[in-house]
Amino acid sequence: MNNLRRLILKGSMAAGTLGVAAGAGLLVPSQALAAWPKEAFGQKTLDGALSVLLGSDEMGESADVSIKAPEIAENGAVVPVTVTASMANVESITIAAPNNPAPLVASFDFASGAHGYASTRIKMGKSGDVIAIVKADGKLYSARKNVKVTIGGCGG
Amino acid sequence: MAKKSIKVRAKHKDGVTTVKALMTHPMESGLRKNSKGEAIPAHFIQEVVCEVGGNMVMNAHWSGGVSKNPYLSFKFDGGQGQTLKLTWTDNKGESDSIESAIG
Repeated sequence: MNNLRRLILKGSMAAGTLGVAAGAGLLVPSQALAAWPKEAFGQKTLDGALSVLLGSDEMGESADVSIKAPEIAENGAVVPVTVTASMANVESITIAAPNNPAPLVASFDFASGAHGYASTRIKMGKSGDVIAIVKADGKLYSARKNVKVTIGGCGG
Repeated sequence: MAKKSIKVRAKHKDGVTTVKALMTHPMESGLRKNSKGEAIPAHFIQEVVCEVGGNMVMNAHWSGGVSKNPYLSFKFDGGQGQTLKLTWTDNKGESDSIESAIG
């Protein structure tokens, strides 16, 4: 009788510790799910980065993808870029600047229900294209826009 | 990290929630040099995760090519009356998160 009571007490204590661990965010599944793709961001060429990140560098230019970015960016350290993809089932949007030392700038993965829309601000070392790569239904679509930079954003 | 490094605003309209967030972070790419010519070590946000009601909606991976004090905006279906959680993690393992009601 007493033994059984001990066992139950022990069991409930163990469960209590687990609950605390989950509450402290140690067991949040999303953190284990998404590792930062170091290899992709280290690539020096855009094709290499895309192959590593998205599994392919074959992409078609698409009118359904549009980039909003300034024609002339006075300050390369802050170039606002907005990507809109009007197709359905957008899985990810990747923003790249091929003239940067590390071409891959940012990548956004979306869960179902999210729209094909991402807006952020990027750095550009010198004038060149901004490329948006949209993954939808397993295929890659892209669009590009030339941005002239008068002051580089990667120097001192 | 300093307190409240994130400002977030989530607005719900016609079934779509638009999230706008502004984070305070140096976003040092590791390629810049200081006045003595020494490289400034890289320090940038690598990952931004947005969860609504415990479900991940958006997960962004960034390099040092994103501007200092980064701005982020995205949209998703639904979300009315729910709470949004935005978390960033940088390459030094520091992180911050904020919760905000979708209004």
